[in-house]
Amino acid sequence: METPRNLVVLGAGTAGTMVVNSLRRRLPAPWRITVVEQHDTHDYQPGYLFLPFGAIAPEQVRRRTRGLVHDGIDLVRAGVERVDTAEHEVHLADGRVLPYDQLVIATGTTPRPDQTQGTLGPQWHREVGEFYTYEGALALRDRLETFTGGRLVVHITELPIKCPVAPLEFTFLADDWLRRRGLRERTELVFVTPLDGAFTKPVASRALGGLLAEKGITVEADFMVEHIDQERRVLVSYDEREVAYDQLVTVPVNMGADFVAVSGLGDELNYVPVDRHTFLADGLDDVFALGDASNIPTSKAGSVAHFSVEVFTENFLEHIAGRPMTHVFDGHANCFVESGHGKALLLDFNYDTEPLTGTFPFPVVGPLTLLGESRANHLGKLAFRHLYWNALLPGRPLGLRPQMSMAGKHPA
Amino acid sequence: MTTTTIAGHPVDVNDEGFLTDPQQWSEDLAPELARLAGLSLTEDHWRLIRFLREDHAARGETPTLRRVATATGTPVKELFALFPGKPAKKMAYVSGLPKPKGCV
Repeated sequence: METPRNLVVLGAGTAGTMVVNSLRRRLPAPWRITVVEQHDTHDYQPGYLFLPFGAIAPEQVRRRTRGLVHDGIDLVRAGVERVDTAEHEVHLADGRVLPYDQLVIATGTTPRPDQTQGTLGPQWHREVGEFYTYEGALALRDRLETFTGGRLVVHITELPIKCPVAPLEFTFLADDWLRRRGLRERTELVFVTPLDGAFTKPVASRALGGLLAEKGITVEADFMVEHIDQERRVLVSYDEREVAYDQLVTVPVNMGADFVAVSGLGDELNYVPVDRHTFLADGLDDVFALGDASNIPTSKAGSVAHFSVEVFTENFLEHIAGRPMTHVFDGHANCFVESGHGKALLLDFNYDTEPLTGTFPFPVVGPLTLLGESRANHLGKLAFRHLYWNALLPGRPLGLRPQMSMAGKHPA
Repeated sequence: MTTTTIAGHPVDVNDEGFLTDPQQWSEDLAPELARLAGLSLTEDHWRLIRFLREDHAARGETPTLRRVATATGTPVKELFALFPGKPAKKMAYVSGLPKPKGCV
């Protein structure tokens, strides 16, 4: 009888669920898999974008965690207090201690409205709305139902945030939604960003720069919010500029889990510094971080988690066999970007290649337009929810290569 | 991308004037880059520039405003006083590093 070996995965979100499901089939006998998750529900987070516009039903974005984790995996319902890397143990909030031989941190990133003064005032989830949580997206849906015009301000506090194009998508969808309700003439739509523009990469700026002007959306760039004044309904920046709003849709600072900081494993935003190609935590050989929880310099997005898990799974089998890890993650991400009017854009990029124009060979659906609006892209985005629940989370291959390909792309 | 001369050194720059190769930067260039950004450098600026250079060399990316503030113990308000208007962008420019970017 071999001594049992423990793989402990913290978090059963996108990355955590995919990794336990794909490893369950492939890990050799003495390995046991435990996944620790404090929530008993799992949300399809890209669906949050559509909730405020009533374009998706709440039950379409939420499932029970238990049903998504394969048999043979121990699901532990608990919060994490800290990781003791010296003793190779996870201390849970309920006092239990889990020893590990290998640990995967997949606790993602969370919006933290408490980090910006004035956000959590009496108007939180009312005049100060957000769509980065299930509750927030539903509260915003109720607000928009009663919206009759005025200044609608979409605001990014600070980067990185998960799904970094979502605020722009929200702005495009709001523009479309207001037009359909006959409110666009009576609404000033403002996009506020700490970056120097809505688009910051050269090819995307050239291809898409005109979209905002075309839609009559004002951009307030280089705006670093210092606090929100709910009494006066203004955002105030560090250099004392003010942006007035009637309805604010803010994206708070996103941060990794607090236990990461407590355990001495995090950077200034509680993200775990890792090797960007293998996800192994700096200075350790038995701790990895996958998905949004790590500090890798690519978008925090489900597609990145998906491609990362494919690379990680192969590497992990080599790692526990005492061999060097031979698979390399290139930072690959691809994202559908809703642009309103039933159309979407598609982005495909990695650490070294910015989003380019061209076509993308999507399995089954066929070639999709890159960095250009099309109806097929929008349908692709809608179809993805089914793939997420039925193929991605169970660990079935989608037929997408984890590495980015230049096939069909026009070089910059 | 074009080649230009800054403080007597030939360097490659992009459309916005940012150096495209961080290796081409040296401390001789910083005062001239600062002048082009409407700044004159004090020891406080230099402390931040040196942090940016070291952090970029270690991590391969330009640190965010929050990271600079946290790591150097400089309040964000003070970063705005030292690099008015666009501290993240101006610090990167003077340090010969890429500006902070989004995903598109």
